Amino acid sequence: MSLATLTRPWAATSYGFLDASAKRELRRKMLKAIAVPGCQMPYASREVPMARGWGTGGLQVTLTLVNPRSTIKVIDQGADDGVNAASIRRFISRVSGATETWDTLAASIVQSRHRIPEETLREDQVLVLQVPNPEPLRGVEPNMSIARQMHADADYGRLWLTLYEQIVRKGRIMQGAAYPSLVNGRHVMTPSPIPRWDVPKLNMAKHLTFLSAGREKRLHAVPPYTRVEPLVFSDRPYRVEDHAELVCRRSGIAGYFMNEIPQDQGGSVFEVSDSNLGIKAIRQAGGESVEIGATWYEDGEYSA
Amino acid sequence: MSMDMTMVPAALLPPQLMQTPALLTMTGLTRHYGEVRALLDVDVTVYPGEVLGIVGESGSGKSTLLRMMNLEDTPDRGEYRLRLPGREDGNLFALGRYERRMLCAHHIGIVYQNPHLGLLMRHSSSGNVAERLLIAGERSFEVLRSKARDALDASEFPLSRMDARPAELSGGMQQRVQLAKAIALEPALLLLDEPTTGLDVSVQALVLDTLKRLQRDRNITMVLVSHDLGVIRTMADRVLVMRHGAVVEQGLADQVFQDPQHPYTQQLVHAKV
Repeated sequence: MSLATLTRPWAATSYGFLDASAKRELRRKMLKAIAVPGCQMPYASREVPMARGWGTGGLQVTLTLVNPRSTIKVIDQGADDGVNAASIRRFISRVSGATETWDTLAASIVQSRHRIPEETLREDQVLVLQVPNPEPLRGVEPNMSIARQMHADADYGRLWLTLYEQIVRKGRIMQGAAYPSLVNGRHVMTPSPIPRWDVPKLNMAKHLTFLSAGREKRLHAVPPYTRVEPLVFSDRPYRVEDHAELVCRRSGIAGYFMNEIPQDQGGSVFEVSDSNLGIKAIRQAGGESVEIGATWYEDGEYSA
Repeated sequence: MSMDMTMVPAALLPPQLMQTPALLTMTGLTRHYGEVRALLDVDVTVYPGEVLGIVGESGSGKSTLLRMMNLEDTPDRGEYRLRLPGREDGNLFALGRYERRMLCAHHIGIVYQNPHLGLLMRHSSSGNVAERLLIAGERSFEVLRSKARDALDASEFPLSRMDARPAELSGGMQQRVQLAKAIALEPALLLLDEPTTGLDVSVQALVLDTLKRLQRDRNITMVLVSHDLGVIRTMADRVLVMRHGAVVEQGLADQVFQDPQHPYTQQLVHAKV
């Protein structure tokens, strides 16, 4: 018997690309993040074959979670066929043997940038969001050490102040994406660059959500069935984007978050942002038997 | 009101305010910064409704004392008690960070000499006042707005500029915003750290006027630190003279200014008057 028979065959990379110690470190930080919902956990962000700022944080979390039985869906701005989304999905599948999918219902891990799918996620699914800036206090407190103290003190007065001044100056809250939200009544997080439309989906959701920033080397989590409350004044209710009335020009479905496509002759048309939902609706209309799951929004109204 | 001049004077009582239990009691405060002694066995008592003036030269420990009153600093030794409704008498220096911050937000207002310390320069003036209310848990926009307006109005700030940024305002106006922020939650104690230093004399008079009126209308307890004896004389009921981190003399304002006992106070008063 030689030593070679006892070792695994040589491979250029570890399983799931990241080495074992990196994955162990990430798993620990992910567990910590789940234990303290919304609290940012620093982690040793590794090099992945992708530039920082292109989803390296989300990718590292996904690579840690993935196994050969996983089914991976990756979306970029709601679409599965974007170059970035397609490359990440192919890469994950190549290094782990996981199955690729576009269908939200079939996925066990959904890695996303900017959007949460419109179809309601289940308890057995994990959502991984790529986050550019995990620090909700960055806009009001540039000093990171002081910002951490403010988190420890639950000192979020200045976030409220920002919203107050938006109403004073513009008559309404102007915060579009990354709307600051209180998680589990304790930590305020910025829920990545998802639009206001998607924030209610995180509240008491059945699925686990990780939000990971590779460049900033921090991740936080929203465990299943956790309260996520956007910061609002008691006499100024939270408003999602006015997309309830918009109709998708390709699939004809309405009541979902839409992409606006400006036209040469002025004006604009709309397409449903969750492209796979649009594709399934078109197929269904064409007579194919396609399963469309329950959605968070029905007729443009959020139904919890 | 006419007085019966033939009436036999009653036995001397301590002044009215000293008959009530003290609002603030600090005992045995000692603080060293490395080799530098900032405070040595300082005792301070403040009674409800009075204005206590603290005078002394630069480096005498006045500001350190005020920072401790605002719980921004802790002494090496010493205790600090505030009699507040619904709060048992405990040493405030023993409180945790969070409790300290909440106590300061609710019960202690402060006006700094330098408005940059007390104000968020990039936010609006009304927002600066609203922040105090937000920290205290107010979540209604309309209530925030009206309370901020009331507080700014009480400190005689022109309401047409309530949404201007403090950076765009004059020094006197900035002090008024600080004052509005300090009184927004009707604090038990108002700390004033050289509030009029650096303002020109006419503006100084206006700000003092506002303070005086607020004190009369709302009966706020104030601690006023200043090196300007004129300011102390105008405002204070009682005076505490500090030198080299120790209290060298204290008493009623008139008494201290008319009949200073300690050589340093004599020097101070004569240099001024």
